[in-house]
Amino acid sequence: MSAPAETQQRRTDETPAMTALRSKDLLGIAELTTGEIALILDTAEAMKEVGERPIKKVPALRGKTVVNLFFEPSTRTRTSFEIAEKRLSADTLNIAVATSSVVKGETLADTALNLEAMRPDMIVLRHSSSGACHLLSRICRSAIINAGDGMHEHPTQALLDAFTIREHKKRLAGLKVAIIGDLLHSRVLRSNIHLLTKMGSDVWVCGPPTLIPADIGRFGVRATSAVDEAVTDADVIMLLRIQLERMEGAYFPSLREYFNVFGMTEARLRRAKPDVMIMHPGPMNRGVEIASEVADGPYSVILEQVANGVAVRMAVLYLLAGGAEHEAAA
Amino acid sequence: MKRLLKGGRVVDPSNGIDGVRDVLIDGDRIAAVGRDLPVNGATVVEIPAGFVVCPGFIDMHVHLREPGQEHKETVATGTAAAVAGGFTAVACMPNTSPVNDNANVTAYILARAAEANLARVYPIGAVSRGSKGELLADIAELKDAGCVAITDDGHPVATALLLRRALEYAGMFGMPVIDHCEDPSLKGDAVAHEGYQAAALGLPGMPGACEALGVERGTLLAELTGSHFHVAHMSARASLRTVRKGKEAGVRVTCEVAPHHFTLTDEALASPIPYDTNTKMNPPLREAADRDAMLSGIADGSIDAIATDHAPHHYDEKNVEFDRAPFGIVGLETAVPLALDRLVHAGLIRLPRLVELLSVNPARILRVPGGTLVPGAPADVTILAPDLTVRVEAAALRSRSKNTPFDGWELRGGVAATIVGGRTLFVNAVVEGLKEL
Repeated sequence: MSAPAETQQRRTDETPAMTALRSKDLLGIAELTTGEIALILDTAEAMKEVGERPIKKVPALRGKTVVNLFFEPSTRTRTSFEIAEKRLSADTLNIAVATSSVVKGETLADTALNLEAMRPDMIVLRHSSSGACHLLSRICRSAIINAGDGMHEHPTQALLDAFTIREHKKRLAGLKVAIIGDLLHSRVLRSNIHLLTKMGSDVWVCGPPTLIPADIGRFGVRATSAVDEAVTDADVIMLLRIQLERMEGAYFPSLREYFNVFGMTEARLRRAKPDVMIMHPGPMNRGVEIASEVADGPYSVILEQVANGVAVRMAVLYLLAGGAEHEAAA
Repeated sequence: MKRLLKGGRVVDPSNGIDGVRDVLIDGDRIAAVGRDLPVNGATVVEIPAGFVVCPGFIDMHVHLREPGQEHKETVATGTAAAVAGGFTAVACMPNTSPVNDNANVTAYILARAAEANLARVYPIGAVSRGSKGELLADIAELKDAGCVAITDDGHPVATALLLRRALEYAGMFGMPVIDHCEDPSLKGDAVAHEGYQAAALGLPGMPGACEALGVERGTLLAELTGSHFHVAHMSARASLRTVRKGKEAGVRVTCEVAPHHFTLTDEALASPIPYDTNTKMNPPLREAADRDAMLSGIADGSIDAIATDHAPHHYDEKNVEFDRAPFGIVGLETAVPLALDRLVHAGLIRLPRLVELLSVNPARILRVPGGTLVPGAPADVTILAPDLTVRVEAAALRSRSKNTPFDGWELRGGVAATIVGGRTLFVNAVVEGLKEL
């Protein structure tokens, strides 16, 4: 395929061109340089084109085995990875927690080492414990791709968000991005903060004080509980899911009150820029963090995010498999 | 049998001694300390220049894990680690399996200690039966069997009422009540200190206030009851503030701090090894302001003791996801090098203060023998090589468990030898000149 040549010639305005990722793993955005982020986004553009062909398949990962190891229920992310793997011709295998030996008391390390013994090339891991991917990275030779670990990171989500923003706005630097919702428990938030601040966006985060992480100022973002302030002149508004069980932790009194104070409505949206983008990583709670009219309205790019997820994950898989180098060897 | 330790720098703050002296040991007792003592047929051990002779160190917060968790540690391996770390005595926590809440368990621990015949072992009994926080344990029975204090360590004493009763009741025997200070509702499912590092790593955090509430509770109840309340493994600056205020008001409150809390901060969770489960302990590694407060409390005297909270865990138990790993690290064999390096060589305190923290005050708090080289005292002696370069090697630790975040660290200052009851139980193999000891 022609993607790598294109990628190498391309230069973004933010960063010098790179042709490969430094690490064997994608553990988080925190570990990536701006050059690596740009490389992934540029590569994803070429991958997106593959998805628009009548025959949506390239041989880039032929002969590579990818294990999707999911310890948490996930429809969107797992499906997106699986489609990405198949479009790259990888041999894929899905392991979900209910069918794994973990229920028999095996440790994560043992599960990983047993998989390793069968020589997969990559393990895509979704796990409820923050740092689970780091643990695997230390004991596995396979490339580890973080598909969401606890409250830590969800790097491919942030990459697909950035890709979607860049498609519309042609840049990330200088944009005001407001992220609103349950900040405390959100891995999507952490990955997005790392990515957007690295790429020069003006990031605002907003939620009730009970759901704002400690020392948020050190992340290089502006934090507020005044949703109107966060939304004013925003180029991008990203809503985060409010988990229904948070009420029991006394983080806020009721979903109704949350919606009244923080919910994204058409009225609130008027303070944003006229070409604002509305984003949500899903799954959405309509009428809680976002009104249906906004989710389904003209500013919403929520389904584009899902579509772009495949291209971005293809780019990550392709680059971690060795990119152009691997293809030349094959 | 008499032995004369000649020419070392003797640091014995209980007798106001800091200078070159000879120490005469007769059998299991200190016979004399003085300048140029006559030999009188004693075996002479020349102490190398620069070495320091002090009363034996006492670690008042150790988990020996026996009975019940012998895969982590035993009384024998734990006391071997103790003497290798310069400790002539340890006080062991009651959260064994079964809990040390009755005389049988206490007697078992002491029997194992007698078999091992290494460091002295002072069991600490439970406050409540099974440490369940409901009914008081048989405290008089525990005292008679050899317990020196009570605690429900691992957890805070369940209620203010139970803590009040424990203070009142144990006060009758002159025993301190030691509390793992923590407000359980503020702790929740936290596995780290609440701050930037936990936020960035996505780990649920507990704030310093979670500990300080427990310290405040205990200090108020010590004032109410007139009994002695001791704060275990203090880590938060707000806790120190409470202890200072309590002491100023004349309340009988004392506190200890662990070497990891005066050495490390929560940045260790992220680097050099992200999510290293050997940086997970409770109370957690806190932010720099808290670590610095612990250093200031050590320097100004408001902190009474250094205690390791030696918490051995098997490799398998630590080789899991961070939030699933047990809390705690081993400390017996790294405490003295860390204290010498970070406190003495850093210029924060001088050696007499270090000996207070590691020997004099633990003996006073627990009301056990030791902490002094006065003639007639047990011949428990720790000899330091303050300028020795020590390289920590987890694999080489005597403890059955190797869960330390200090693997590979190079520190200035170490233990040269450890003498318990007149018997030399440890001589550092890399130290020259102590072969006759």
